[in-house]
Amino acid sequence: MPEYKVEVKNLDLFYGDFQALKKINFTAEPNTVSAFIGPSGCGKSTLLRMFNRMNDLIDGVRFTGEIYIDGKDVFAKSVDVDGLRKSVGMVFQKPNPFPKTIFENVAYGLRVNGVNDKHFIEKQVIEAIKKAALWDEVKDKLKKSAMELSGGQQQRLCIARTLAVEPALILMDEPASALDPISTGKIEDLIFELKNQYTIIIVTHNLQQAGRISDYTAFFYLGELVEWNKTKIIFTNPSDIRTQNYITGRFG
Amino acid sequence: MTGKQLKQSLVFNIFRLISLSVVAILFVILGFIVTRGIKVVNWEFLTSMPKDQMTHGGIYPAIIGTLCLIAGSMVFAFPIGVMSAIYMNEYLKESFLKKFIRTMTNNLAGIPSIVFGLFGMALFVNTMKFGDSIIAGSLTLGLMALPVIIRTTEEALKSVDDSLRIGSYALGATRLQTIRRVVLPVAFPNILTGLILSIGRVSGETAPILFTVAAYFLPKLPSSIFDSVMALPYHLYVLTTSGTNVTESRPMAYGTAFVLIMIVLILNLLANLVRRIAGKKTKMN
Repeated sequence: MPEYKVEVKNLDLFYGDFQALKKINFTAEPNTVSAFIGPSGCGKSTLLRMFNRMNDLIDGVRFTGEIYIDGKDVFAKSVDVDGLRKSVGMVFQKPNPFPKTIFENVAYGLRVNGVNDKHFIEKQVIEAIKKAALWDEVKDKLKKSAMELSGGQQQRLCIARTLAVEPALILMDEPASALDPISTGKIEDLIFELKNQYTIIIVTHNLQQAGRISDYTAFFYLGELVEWNKTKIIFTNPSDIRTQNYITGRFG
Repeated sequence: MTGKQLKQSLVFNIFRLISLSVVAILFVILGFIVTRGIKVVNWEFLTSMPKDQMTHGGIYPAIIGTLCLIAGSMVFAFPIGVMSAIYMNEYLKESFLKKFIRTMTNNLAGIPSIVFGLFGMALFVNTMKFGDSIIAGSLTLGLMALPVIIRTTEEALKSVDDSLRIGSYALGATRLQTIRRVVLPVAFPNILTGLILSIGRVSGETAPILFTVAAYFLPKLPSSIFDSVMALPYHLYVLTTSGTNVTESRPMAYGTAFVLIMIVLILNLLANLVRRIAGKKTKMN
């Protein structure tokens, strides 16, 4: 299993005339969880979408700067974007399972990447569902529609779907914000488990969540990466007054 | 009851009455056709050739002709319409070209059907030398059905939640894979609705087939797509206005109308059934 280090260098990004990211420099070490925090519109989700080039799908996005994943330039002309997205998994705010069976949801990433071996697919699917801590709840209904699952189960299914293609970096965009506290707890436990094998970057609005699950925290404000450091330091002894104001709830 | 409530209940009762009257009109038409038509409809009527100057016998060749035209026009228009809609909705970004295509599609829908008939005669019958034939009629009807199929398919694709596309891309799927494996299965039931609507339209049209395929009297079945055929709507017109004995053939006309309505109804029900089964498989939440 490759261990992906993620590096962002001097990234500027514009939506039309609006500068959404300003000179971002950031590094995520392998097998760590980094949390992106900051008020809405600060650019944290935009940065997240750069890692798997989801911003390619949005009109009018311009950027300069570099992102390296595992030492490879994400924006190099030679990069196969679909291949990149396979190695960089993404989990979204709202659970978005496909209207297919539970099994087919998890098998989807393998199938679109050309895997046909039935036994291999079955093995990967079962393994991924187990890793996503969903197996006990769905093992008897793999052929049932994913739409019958609860929101929290759907989100774990989406995580399983991502794990099945064996990414090394997983991006999560507020993965628990649409879930109840119990489901949120399960997702957080899961993230904690997963960091043994993956590099994880998570965007969250929930500061307690960032404090609970992340090793590093990056605080964004108005397109700037104000500071990033070990989570413990950010939450106990931030060096920038804006960070301190944000985590103590004075704005945002 | 206060004055305000009274006024409200009065207004909504008027609305209710008006919407019920629409239903009533439908039932009156159906009742009119069914009561007069059902008397002549029997097995012989459905399966035999017209005879005695179309005052007796059946409408078998017209039923077959209409079914051929429905099938022919859909074979031509459905794939083209669906593919255009996919191109417009899934590939083309909001641009001048997209607006242009959409406007032109809408204009195509607004062209009177008799103009389609003339165009079909000029292009398919004469220039391409298909003659009065199933293929010429099917192509003409297909052209007419295209905008309906394109528009309903586009709506069907639009109603597919974008989060599904994004989720698919994020797993490394290409655009084409996403369309084929996620978007189309979800949109399929609604695309079928477009098919149903266009079949309804195609099967009842007279003007486009008038100069391109329809035969006044042809008591035999087509043997190839280059033969002309009788068709139900045109046969109905002939029986009502230009037969040799209009009074005698009047009951046959009602029977023909009844059969035409039934064919459309049965196809609708069938497609609805398929739609419901397909819809169950890909049901969202």
